[in-house]
Amino acid sequence: MAIRRGRGVAAVNYPTGMNLGGDPSQALVHSTPTGNFMVTLSSVDLGQGLKQIMAQICAETIGVPAELVTIDTGDTDTGPHCMGTFASRGTHRIGNAVIQAATEARQVMLEVAAEELEVNASDLETDGTGNIHVKGAPQKAISIFDTALAAHFKRGRSISGRGMFLVPRSYPEVETGAMKPATCYAHACTVVEVDVDDETGEVTVVSVKNVFEIGRALNPRMVEQQLVGGSWMGLSHALYETTEPYYPNREHGGTDFNQYLMPGPGDLAETEIIVLERPAADGPYGAKGPGEMCANPQIPAVANAIFDAVGVRIDHLPITPERILRALRAQAAPAGA
Amino acid sequence: MAKKVPVQVTLNGEERAEFVESGATLLNALRGRFGDTSPKGGCHQGTCGACSVIIDGELKLSCLTLAEACDGAEIVTTAGLATNSAMHPLQRAFAEGFAAQCGFCTPGMIMAAKALLDQKPDPTREDVIEALSGNICRCTGYEPIIQAVLAAAAASPHKAA
Ligand code: FES
Ligand code: FES
Repeated sequence: MAIRRGRGVAAVNYPTGMNLGGDPSQALVHSTPTGNFMVTLSSVDLGQGLKQIMAQICAETIGVPAELVTIDTGDTDTGPHCMGTFASRGTHRIGNAVIQAATEARQVMLEVAAEELEVNASDLETDGTGNIHVKGAPQKAISIFDTALAAHFKRGRSISGRGMFLVPRSYPEVETGAMKPATCYAHACTVVEVDVDDETGEVTVVSVKNVFEIGRALNPRMVEQQLVGGSWMGLSHALYETTEPYYPNREHGGTDFNQYLMPGPGDLAETEIIVLERPAADGPYGAKGPGEMCANPQIPAVANAIFDAVGVRIDHLPITPERILRALRAQAAPAGA
Repeated sequence: MAKKVPVQVTLNGEERAEFVESGATLLNALRGRFGDTSPKGGCHQGTCGACSVIIDGELKLSCLTLAEACDGAEIVTTAGLATNSAMHPLQRAFAEGFAAQCGFCTPGMIMAAKALLDQKPDPTREDVIEALSGNICRCTGYEPIIQAVLAAAAASPHKAA
């Protein structure tokens, strides 16, 4: 009877978005009279940081500071259509829609500025801090604030834009079944080290080391936060969480947070996160969807590490001490017994 | 109709009085009567910590506390931590340390952390873990929260020299 150390590895190739009846999202952008920009969406921020990312994407595209952008996700009855924030699709689908809407709004903004400055719109550029000037002649400039005022009160223009991003439905080829369900994939690889007590079946995760390839990290701190939380959640799925421990038998399911187990602040494994950026050709500024995939590779990596430690393959989640002990007993039983 | 009882408390430094339903939990009274929605109801049975508040200097689960038993008490919630527009050091550390995602656990975490730092301005990592062990978080994996509490302690002017 001993504590046995094992190491396991697993990799994941994870599609961004989904392929049901087509996967669309829409966005509308307009400026206020004082040159703030509103982005109207039906997409919802439930903690993944969608509002911040969409503000950054809109700001980058129009050429204004992100603080000037307000994201309105108020009402799915009245906002432009969105399929939803799931399938790790938010940044990619909605971000692309925001880029399209912001590009159109930027064009109107430059046209109004051109009229004010009596130059060609194609000769103008933004400085990113709230001004528009003639390329190569920064003294010939107008602020976005004044441009918006002019659009509203002088020129009768609406500085606004419509955005739509659609990944059309992909049908499988009848002969081969081949299809293109996604346009880009995020990737991850995880190495987990565990200690398995072969007397009690208890597993301690010693370390979890993850490499994530996520296209481009539009907000590196928020990406890191998502990946750290996701890595923990993957371990939690692997070893703890279930509402039906004897599925399909529903007995002994947890009924509250006392019985529904998750690792707490005292059970944290040493965690490492490395981010690789390989921009997606069709991603907004290269981004893919890191959301869900970051909690996936830990699960097979834990199962592989347990196999490495004590030689039993567990193919039911979560991998509880009971399952490990039963497998160890079956392994020790003489063949045919 | 359930009987209403008067409850007078000092809530975040302010004298407040409301009629609450007899038997109402402090959590429901704070959110529904006193208009302070910073304590969150995650489980309403004492297992998640999201409803944590400080009553007369002690960390309590407001979902397991009867509102009428708090008559005369001094209650501090996360909504009362900022002074004017300046965030409390814990709030700043949580924001700067990216220690909140959905934010549902955050007020409870911050109250648990405040109760710790009030007692022990210079805690060890183990002290922080112990103090947060009654609070559940779905999103962060806890490490950023632990780091934020340690950062707030390090930044605190009350820190033992
Ligand atoms: S709501 Fe009070 S502990 Fe969960
Ligand atoms: S931040 Fe979502 S529960 Fe903690």
